[in-house]
Amino acid sequence: MRLSYLLTATALLVLSLLSVLVGAADFRLQDVTADPDALRLLLTSRLPRTFAALLTGASMAVAGVIMQLLVRNRFVEPGTTGTTEAAMLGLLCVTLLAPGAPILLKMIASAMAALVGMAGFLLLLRRLPPAQPLLVPLVGLIYSGIIGAGATFIAYQADLLQYLGVWMSGEFSGVLAGRYELLWLAGALALVAYVAADQFTIAGLGRATSVSLGLNHAQIVVLGLVTVSLVTALVVVTVGMVPFVGLVVPNIVARTMGDNLRASLPVVAGLGGGLVLAADLFGRVIRYPYEVPAGTVFGVMGAAVFLWLLLGRPARA
Amino acid sequence: MISIRNVSHRIGQSQILRDVSADIPDAGITALIGPNGAGKSTLLNLVARLLTLQTGRIEIDGQDIARTSSRDLALKLAIVAQQLGVASRLRVRDLVGFGRWPHHRGRPGPEDEATVAEAIASFDLGALQHRFLDELSGGQQQRAFVAMGFAQGTDWLLLDEPLNNLDMFHARALMARVHALSRPEAPRPRRVVMVVHEINYAAAWADHIIALKDGAVAACGAPTEVLTNPVLSALFGMEIRVEELHGRPLILHHI
Ligand SMILES: Nc1ncnc2c1ncn2[C@@H]1O[C@H](COP(=O)(O)OP(=O)(O)O)[C@@H](O)[C@H]1O
Ligand SMILES: [Mg+2]
Repeated sequence: MRLSYLLTATALLVLSLLSVLVGAADFRLQDVTADPDALRLLLTSRLPRTFAALLTGASMAVAGVIMQLLVRNRFVEPGTTGTTEAAMLGLLCVTLLAPGAPILLKMIASAMAALVGMAGFLLLLRRLPPAQPLLVPLVGLIYSGIIGAGATFIAYQADLLQYLGVWMSGEFSGVLAGRYELLWLAGALALVAYVAADQFTIAGLGRATSVSLGLNHAQIVVLGLVTVSLVTALVVVTVGMVPFVGLVVPNIVARTMGDNLRASLPVVAGLGGGLVLAADLFGRVIRYPYEVPAGTVFGVMGAAVFLWLLLGRPARA
Repeated sequence: MISIRNVSHRIGQSQILRDVSADIPDAGITALIGPNGAGKSTLLNLVARLLTLQTGRIEIDGQDIARTSSRDLALKLAIVAQQLGVASRLRVRDLVGFGRWPHHRGRPGPEDEATVAEAIASFDLGALQHRFLDELSGGQQQRAFVAMGFAQGTDWLLLDEPLNNLDMFHARALMARVHALSRPEAPRPRRVVMVVHEINYAAAWADHIIALKDGAVAACGAPTEVLTNPVLSALFGMEIRVEELHGRPLILHHI
């Protein structure tokens, strides 16, 4: 356990340093004290971008693991169960109805829609036979496909398709100081989740065990719902969705550390942040000086890992 | 004592329990027996509040469960339900440790550690304690959950078919262990209510028996009163021979 914490922290440090150093403009760390332009670049662009990637990855990974424990299925995340699509639909509606609304209001509308979307998925799940774990992600994909199609239709009618594109593919090149700070809220939500780590772990053992241990199961489900929808909405509104983070990261961590969130949540958050930052870095250097969005990089890698998780081990959820 | 008064339960159109009244005495092991679908799990789940009571009243040691907080109930009674469907990847030791959660709510102390260690030793889980739950056999998982229920340290322990999936060695070991824990001379005697599928375990170890059929109490009393040819034959709808061994009934239902 100590070792995993140490490895995660070291990797995050190295990646953050690289992230600060790599970019289109010339920048050397030793200039910061002498050159005010270098300092400004660091404070307004490089650091915000690094923080944004870390916060996005960490909070999405935490949202993913919470969702997996609540649903009691390893193959779900906000992006494959309609939560992200619902968040986008909400954002789209508020953009249409009140284009000038402040970002916070848009975020709240998006979070409400995400909440409804995720609650709808949970209700849908009650109708599924419990012995069919692979049915859950399948139904989730169809459900999110339907909501996504609705959003696309509205966006098409209103000529807002390019917005959907922006929300759907997470990108950090536009991150500047003053335009990403909502993500700290997502980070704070991940911290709140850590406080309730035991409760989420117990909820993952099912309702019977939760009730036997005197846990208010409904309350934990609501806390999880609110956390996941808020994180999803915050990420969609600020940088756009990074697909598969919430799915892949918890699965990788669970293989070695299991599902005891009290121990594993810091590693889930760290690995999520680290991988998204790595994807962003990769996107920055692969076609230097042009950039490939981190969401695209992660989408390709994540899809491959998702398939491997689905097919590469006995069907047990 | 758990007193169950006029409890009826229905799900949709079907009447699952019909006006059940029974007392579960303050002694040792009470076994719930009866054919599949008789309502044994439903009754147990109502007592543990896994299901919400629709009509009637259930009191545990004089306390109405409808008016007990979740936490107080968790300190009084633990249940290991029938279908757990383990999806979690927890280490056995961590799982058993969660049995202490109602006591420490996230900050385990030395006495919690000691109870967990005792539960692990009691249910022969020492060799498995660092393994992940989802990599164990059904019987091993079952034992881990029973150990968790025991670690919860409650007066009442409700077990729904705890012998499911267990081989005969572990089934007997578990019954012997539960029996020892429920004797008055144990350091802190537990009262155990269990649904038993294999009736000879009830015959050999139980102190009190409640037989359910079609959602109603068909018989209750000491094993020698309930486990007789006329009662069992009517209960299961087949002719069942009952012998005696060491002063206890031996049911020859398989031949
Ligand atoms: N969720 C449910 N919906 C409909 N019927 C149910 C449900 N749960 C149990 N039953 C029915 O209630 C009856 C009693 O079930 P149960 O208490 O599990 O029986 P037992 O544990 O004695 O085998 C059965 O006929 C079962 O089909
Ligand atoms: Mg049953």
